[in-house]
Parts: sequence; C-alpha cells; structure tokens
Amino acid sequence: MSETSRNIVLSIRGVNKTFGGLKALSNINLEIEEGKTHAIIGPNGAGKSTLLNTCIGRIRPDSGSIRFLDHDLTGGDMKPHDINQLGISRVFQTPEIFPELTLLNNVMIPAFAHKEGSFRFNPFSALRTEKAIEEEAMSLLEDFGLADQAHHHAGNLSRGNKRRLELAMCLIQHPKLLLLDEPTAGMARHDTNRTIELLKKIKLRGMTKVIIEHDMHVVFSLADRISVLAQGTIIAEGEPDEIKGHPKVREAYLGSAEI
Amino acid sequence: MQTIVASSRTRDTLLLALFSAVVLTAPLWAKAIGAGYPDLLQKFAIFGLFAIGYNLLFGLTGYLSFGHAAFLGVGSYATVWSFKLLTMNVIPAVLLAVAISALFALVIGFLSLRRTGIYFSILTLAFAQMSYNLAYSVLTPITNGETGLRVLRNDPRVLDAALGVQVEGSPLADLFGITLTGYSGFYFCAALLIFGFWVSLRIFRSPFGMKLVAIKSNQTRMEYTGFNPRPYLLSAFVISGMYAGLAGSLMAIVDPLAGAERMQWTASGEVVLMTILGGVGTLIGPIIGAATIKYFENIFSSFNDQVLQQAFDFLPGWLADIMVTVTSPFVGDGWHLTLGVLFMVIIIFLPGGIMEGVRRIAGLFGRKPEEGQA
Repeated sequence: MSETSRNIVLSIRGVNKTFGGLKALSNINLEIEEGKTHAIIGPNGAGKSTLLNTCIGRIRPDSGSIRFLDHDLTGGDMKPHDINQLGISRVFQTPEIFPELTLLNNVMIPAFAHKEGSFRFNPFSALRTEKAIEEEAMSLLEDFGLADQAHHHAGNLSRGNKRRLELAMCLIQHPKLLLLDEPTAGMARHDTNRTIELLKKIKLRGMTKVIIEHDMHVVFSLADRISVLAQGTIIAEGEPDEIKGHPKVREAYLGSAEI
Repeated sequence: MQTIVASSRTRDTLLLALFSAVVLTAPLWAKAIGAGYPDLLQKFAIFGLFAIGYNLLFGLTGYLSFGHAAFLGVGSYATVWSFKLLTMNVIPAVLLAVAISALFALVIGFLSLRRTGIYFSILTLAFAQMSYNLAYSVLTPITNGETGLRVLRNDPRVLDAALGVQVEGSPLADLFGITLTGYSGFYFCAALLIFGFWVSLRIFRSPFGMKLVAIKSNQTRMEYTGFNPRPYLLSAFVISGMYAGLAGSLMAIVDPLAGAERMQWTASGEVVLMTILGGVGTLIGPIIGAATIKYFENIFSSFNDQVLQQAFDFLPGWLADIMVTVTSPFVGDGWHLTLGVLFMVIIIFLPGGIMEGVRRIAGLFGRKPEEGQA
C-alpha cells in the first residue's frame, strides 16, 4: 500500500466476554495491520481461543466492537462459511483436510468457494473444463513441495505435509486475513522448521496473518508484532524485541526461562 | 478410492455407449442366465434407477437415508392418479411423479437435514413410516388404503376423453399408442435408466459432485472453506428423491396400481442393501447391486422343497433329506436368509462391494485399476 496511513484489517475495541462468572476477555484492544504477521501469545487458559473465535464473529462479546475491513462482526452470529466468504481463511490446530480426496482436489475445492460463493447448483458443469483452477492448484502444490503427490490421497500424508496442504488450501483463496491456530502444534522440530520457512514465504506475498502460538521459536521467527495475553487481558504489545525484554511478560508468561 | 474424477469426454461417451449397449441388449444376454423375461428385466431397470439415485445421496455425501421408499410410493400414487384423471399416456404421469416426489423430498430433506449421522437416518425413517401409515389409513380417499389404488375403466381421464381415446378392456399405460407391457415396458424403463445413468455420470464428473464428496470427507473444513453444506445436501437429497419417484412411477407404469406397502421401511432398507452390495459411491455398483438382489430373489424365492429334492437327488437318500431340511429355510419365502448371508459375506470380505471385487480381479490381471471409472 502506498498510503502513508496504516491500513487496519481487523480492529477490536474494548471487547469484554464473561462465561458464567469467569472473565474470559477483559477490555481487549487490538489492531491488525495489513500485510503484517501479528502473533498472540499467552499461557494455557489465557483466552487465546476465545479471542480468536471472537475475532471472527463466532462468539458474541458482552461489550466492545469488532470490525473486519468494512464489516461489523460484533454480533457473533457469523456462520463459518460467511466468515470465509468475507476473506478470512483459517488453519486449525489439527490440520483439517479432505483425507479421502487427492491433494490436487483438496486444493481445488477451496478455489471453487472463492470463485462461486457459498453455494452454486451446477451439477452439469464438467470438472475437466476447470483448467485455470487446476493449474493454480498444481502450481501451489509445487511451491509447497507436494506436487509429486498431487494424485495421492491426502489422508496418507505426514502431519507436517498435511499442514502444508492446509496452508495451500487457504492460500488458493487469496484471503485478506489468514488465521493460524498453533500451526506447529504437535510437530517434530524438523517439521516445525519447515513450516516456519513456508510461513516466511507466505509473508513475502504480503498476506495479513494472525498467529496464535505458544512456541516462542515460531513466534520470534515470524511475527512483526506480538500481543501477550494473560488472564484475559493484553498485558503487553509491541515488536518482538520489545516483548523479549518486557518485565511483565517475563513474569506472567515466560517465567525465568531464557528466550 | 477416488470417486470424482475429471475424465475425458471421449472416455465418458464410450462408457455411456457401452452401458447403453449392455442395457438395451439385456433381453438377449439375460436369457443365458435365465433372466430373459420382461418382468424381471423391468425390475432390474427400475431398481437400478432407484439405486443410482440413492447412491447420489448416500454414496457421495455419506448421508444414509432410511426413508427413500416414501418417494417411491409418492411416485407410484402420482402416476396412478395421472392415469385416472388425465390420460393413460405415460409422459404426463412420469413428469407429475418426479415433480411431486421432488416436492416431498424438499420438505422431508429440509427437516431431516437439520441433523447428521444416525439422527438424520432416524428422522428420514420416521417420515417414511409416517407416510406409510398415512397412506394406509388416514389418506384412504387418496390412496385407497390397504386395497391399493387401481386404474379403473370408468375413470374420468380428461385428456383422453378430450382426444376421444377409448379404453377397451383393462386400461394399460401407453406411449403415444404403444402399450407399455412386456418388452416395450422394459425398453421404456431401459431408456430412462440410461438417462438416469447419464445424469449420474455428469454429477460424478462435476465440481458439484466433488463438493458433495468433500462434505462427506470433512464437513468442518468444508464450512471453513466457505461452503454452506446445507443447500448442497438438500440438492442431493431432492435429486435422489426424484430418482426414487421416477422408479416408483415406472413400477406403476408396468403394472398400473399403487399400494402403501411400497412405502414400508423394508423397501427403504432394500435400496441401502443394493447400494452397499454393489459398491457405495461407485457409478455402476448400485445398478449391479440392484440387479444382483432382484436376480437372486427371483431364483431363490421360486425354489421349493421339490426343487431341492431334485437338486440333491445324486446323494444317498438319508443325506439328501438332511440337505433338503438344512437348505429349505433359505429358499422360497425364506430367501431373505440367503440375501442376509450373501450380504454378510460381501461386506466382510469385500467392504467396497461387488465393485471392489471387480477392481481386485482387474488388479490381478496386471491392469492398473481405473479408479472412479468403474
């Protein structure tokens, strides 16, 4: 963007949420800038998942407002497919793919959602005529090093490759915001590093990302900006270097561990 | 197994031509297996259609409906009413049957698809049993209750009356003057079976079909990918309901009467068996499953103790008696026992149904199994 003013993709203002007597989120303010990778870190139970689901309009906050580009998501009544059609793609802690389909079809299906919207009744259109989508899917698989398995079933992939496939499925939709919920959860070091490399590549494409993560290695390798969540409030926010040295963060989350 | 593939046009045309050839020459080759008479061939085609349509729902989306017999019955009643009120010509009858069963499927599908898995199955079963009981009792003015709805000589038939067509003897379904009984009835069913197969083939080769399979594979991912699964599922449900309505219509065409028993849960269960036996989610499997069940039903239900006695004649008398005693519960009215055994054997050893057996045999001969083609 050539504009000097920052472009805010997602803006969360004064959000509070209570479950029963438990204060899950209190007075959260967050702005996600276009093209940036914003990490949200925090110990277990800090409210990361609640925040993520509030961000995409799945949970209705008790007060405050959530805006995604020109859309007001405060109501909390968004269906998953509505969220996606607004331009938000999501990667899950456990990769959600189509195990019975080939890798190529796995990547082609999200492209149809991007092209056709949430529903189109066209039982007589032929798959073989969708060359453009097939080529784009194939080139993404090549970028992600999965092209040689394009015609194999996705269910047989390793955890790390399933994650790569899931990322390819998100990218073919050219999302305006990509949500990554612990993208390296349950991965071996080797796979984690490969995933970090991949996410760095995506960063070069200028995609806006929100990462929820508690692996510090991943966060500091990728994030432009970090918000630290503890007991439902953001206790610190800043560039990775600021966060590393922040006394409150060390106390609440990092403990005495060296980063 | 990959279900939906982007096959080439030539290959699909070839497949359709081959299918049509096999179906249309059935009266010739079916003689060799002792099935060369029109009643049975009509059944093959009608239940083949029923199973193709059912497979579009169950095979692609994985939603197991246990109430498709309701649409079969609705199609039959609509057809008989068309014969009674409009004309003995089958064209309006078929169109009316398909339209009304689509409407029924829309309502039942809309309500049942609010749930998934076993709850969906139970809801469809409940709706079908409700339809059956309504047809059997409350709706007697429309369905003629347990006697069944028949075409009578003095029915109004306004279109026929307007055109001055007279019915002599008992009224029979016709297609512009061709009476649809015996082989002409079979060819009419066969033509619709080929049409139904073509529609199914197109869906199997479309992004629409791929999305249905994706819903079966991972509904959460499908939703977060931007698709609303509900209208896709409802479309598949209505399409398969229309196939069932068409099959019901054909039943009433080759034999102009409709009874409530067509809606009973056993009929719903039968189409599930046919689809699984042949191969769920395959193009041809359900038709083969339907034909297999109808073929064996025909053979085994016609056996009686006398036939068995002859079959075991070569054994010593006391052994033959034992064999007859042991096997007799499996034939005649008890042929469902044989069906049960057949079903168990196939499901245990070939979970993919008969089509998996075909693929394995093809694999033995070194030919690369053409997945999705079959």
